[in-house]
Amino acid sequence: MSSTAAVAVHGAHGEQHELGFWRTYIFSEDHKMIGRQFLFVALFMMSIGGLMAMLMRLDLAWPDTQFSFLSILPQSLQNDSAITANTYNAEFTMHATIMIFFVIMPILVGCFGNFLIPLMIGARDMAFPKLNMLSFWVSAGAGVLMMASFWVPGGPAAAGWTSYAPLSAVPLYTGVDWGQNLWCMSLIVLGVGSLMGSINYITTIINMRTKGMTFFRMPLVIWSLFITAILLLLALPVLTTALALLLFDRMGGTHFFLPPGGGEPLLWQHLFWFFGHPEVYIMILPGMGIASELIATFSRKPIFGYRAMAYAMASIAFLSWVVWGHHMFQSGMDPALGTGFMLTTMVIGVPSAIKTFNWLGTLYKGDIHYTAAMLNGLSFVAMFVIGGLSGIFMACTPVDMYIHDTYFIVAHIHYVLFGGSLFAVFGAITYWFPKMFGRMMNEKLGKVHFWITFVAFNCTFFPMHILGMGGHMRRIYNPTQYDFLKPLEPINMFISISAFVLGAAQFLLLANMIWSYFRGEKAVENPWHANTLEWSAPSPPRHGNWPGALPVVYRGPYEYSSPESAEDYLPQWQAAEAATAAAD
Amino acid sequence: MLEHLWFPHDISTFGPQIDWLFILIFWITVIVWALVMIAMVTFMVRYRHRPGRKAEYIEGNPRLEVVWTTATAVILIALALMSKSTWAEIKEHGPPGQVFYQVAGKQFNWEITYPGPDGKFGPKAVTVENEMHVPINQVVRIELTSKDVIHSFFVPSMRLKQDAVPGRTIHVWFQAREPGTYAIPCAELCGFGHSGMQGTLTVESEADFQKWLKDQYANQQ
Repeated sequence: MSSTAAVAVHGAHGEQHELGFWRTYIFSEDHKMIGRQFLFVALFMMSIGGLMAMLMRLDLAWPDTQFSFLSILPQSLQNDSAITANTYNAEFTMHATIMIFFVIMPILVGCFGNFLIPLMIGARDMAFPKLNMLSFWVSAGAGVLMMASFWVPGGPAAAGWTSYAPLSAVPLYTGVDWGQNLWCMSLIVLGVGSLMGSINYITTIINMRTKGMTFFRMPLVIWSLFITAILLLLALPVLTTALALLLFDRMGGTHFFLPPGGGEPLLWQHLFWFFGHPEVYIMILPGMGIASELIATFSRKPIFGYRAMAYAMASIAFLSWVVWGHHMFQSGMDPALGTGFMLTTMVIGVPSAIKTFNWLGTLYKGDIHYTAAMLNGLSFVAMFVIGGLSGIFMACTPVDMYIHDTYFIVAHIHYVLFGGSLFAVFGAITYWFPKMFGRMMNEKLGKVHFWITFVAFNCTFFPMHILGMGGHMRRIYNPTQYDFLKPLEPINMFISISAFVLGAAQFLLLANMIWSYFRGEKAVENPWHANTLEWSAPSPPRHGNWPGALPVVYRGPYEYSSPESAEDYLPQWQAAEAATAAAD
Repeated sequence: MLEHLWFPHDISTFGPQIDWLFILIFWITVIVWALVMIAMVTFMVRYRHRPGRKAEYIEGNPRLEVVWTTATAVILIALALMSKSTWAEIKEHGPPGQVFYQVAGKQFNWEITYPGPDGKFGPKAVTVENEMHVPINQVVRIELTSKDVIHSFFVPSMRLKQDAVPGRTIHVWFQAREPGTYAIPCAELCGFGHSGMQGTLTVESEADFQKWLKDQYANQQ
């Protein structure tokens, strides 16, 4: 919709008051409120996903041990105050499912996609505000279904977040009945919510960029969200299909994945991973975009190789469709296919490497400010490098034969998802908090949270490479059952203690957010002296984002330390005459 | 070197090829990591903000982009090409078999079937749970399957892993160079008994193997 039409419908000021509590805070059509809603719900879900991890690490340090405090948990998570094989299987399944589908994706795509896209392209809201509201409530409904599964007889899904058939297709094999059905239904519903979001984001970015905002003047975080939305649009229907087939096998008497009826277990894997690989890039690309914003802003320097960065993200997205078989090297799939996928998997490492070099190039000869947000952004780069390098081992099919389904893989996953995506989330929350809530977060507390998290994170996940090299399998609740793993138990203990510290440290972030929301220093419009359009709107923006006319864009988003300005930043919305006047 | 990196001792004929690839990738990644980190930390220290500092307005360097893109691509593609033949030899070809087995995963055991005294997998074949005896230095060939869910036949000391899929028979081979007993854990989540599901591989002389097998035939009567 055009800017004048938007003003006429929403009004310049004050329309918000007339909407009342329910339509302002609960059933809002404002992209900023919906973004905050996604954030709050996702942070709550992170505590549940984190609890699952803490239970797993408690078990791995002290298998088959009773802890009286466990008795407060539902039956599905403990038996007689101890974690058992059954509850452990549920715990790692729900840990991954919740973190992937109900934390990382809602925060990166649901929160930051929603909040940032209109503000950074110069639009008053998304193209389809009602669809936007619906996407949140559908996602919330999916969350309710998933949480309900903890309380049904048989407990929640326990076949891993990858839910391989036939284990997941026949209730008898796991002892889980409605829990697994709810898992499938929840993710089908969530997929619908995500699709709604994707349609909105793609349409908005293509059609509602303000005057002067060409594609190659868009900030890289918007590029990342645009590409991610396209990946979601194309990948989710495949997951939805696979989940529907699984539900039919479980409840409808079909045999899509069941050999006795002529079905094929590998079909599940192909469908799941055809979605699953683009899915992991969905989770990392927005993080890459965020890292670019943070590193450019706090180095006071243009992003090194802006176009290369955009093209690299597009290449990663394109290649992500032809690498899925690397999850299936040992699956019984034709080994010749494995060779093909090894090649494509090695190739997809190239654009990620390019991005790493470009981030380093951005730091080179910069004027680097070590804010809490910047520390998290830099950590993204350093940890992503480790995660990416470990990926090379598993891309090599013969080496993968040994490390597949060991903790080497678990280490890799967590270096890219926590070391990468989650540090990007911490950085994004800190950086955009002033715009979202009108107040600054506490810098000192932010740095304390960062450092404890950084050290505890590495102490938790780096040793997992070692466990993997020792042959330690995944998804086993009691490593002491294996003689060859007994020497590795001290490492498991060290990891668990580090994990408890890591979990506890996150309360510092929560405390910072809560305290800052009420008592943080009031934020000005552009506290970071940044260039992108959101910093020209009030902190926080009212409905309609800009009180007057929409901003006009005169240049790219990374004109830091430009020769055209006396200041070390030159915002996108600042007209050229004003800049040269300032330079005089 | 790999025993210093917590790898179990390798007794497989194709183990050294896998270990060599691991070591190659290990050194490439360690060196790349070190170079990247040295650059990053140097920049972080050297270019930190101090009063009066200004950043240099650099937008990029297309020639540098081409150089590091090409270098990365060459290294990674070379790695893939170097790994191809090992993979094909282990999973597709391999030497002709000398001793034959049928192995089936079934919640939560490995059912190892040995051919009968007539050399056939017929009525005289004997199935033992979780105990796999093989003669040393002979090519073992296995027809691997599952009777229920997907399991994974993992022999860390052989660097061998193959998923066992119901409805499929997958061919696996190995050749053991040293005697001893070794673990065969299941490496694919197969239910509540996945943890603890493991067989034992016993590598022994041909004579000891035949003696053990004779005892199994006798027990079966």
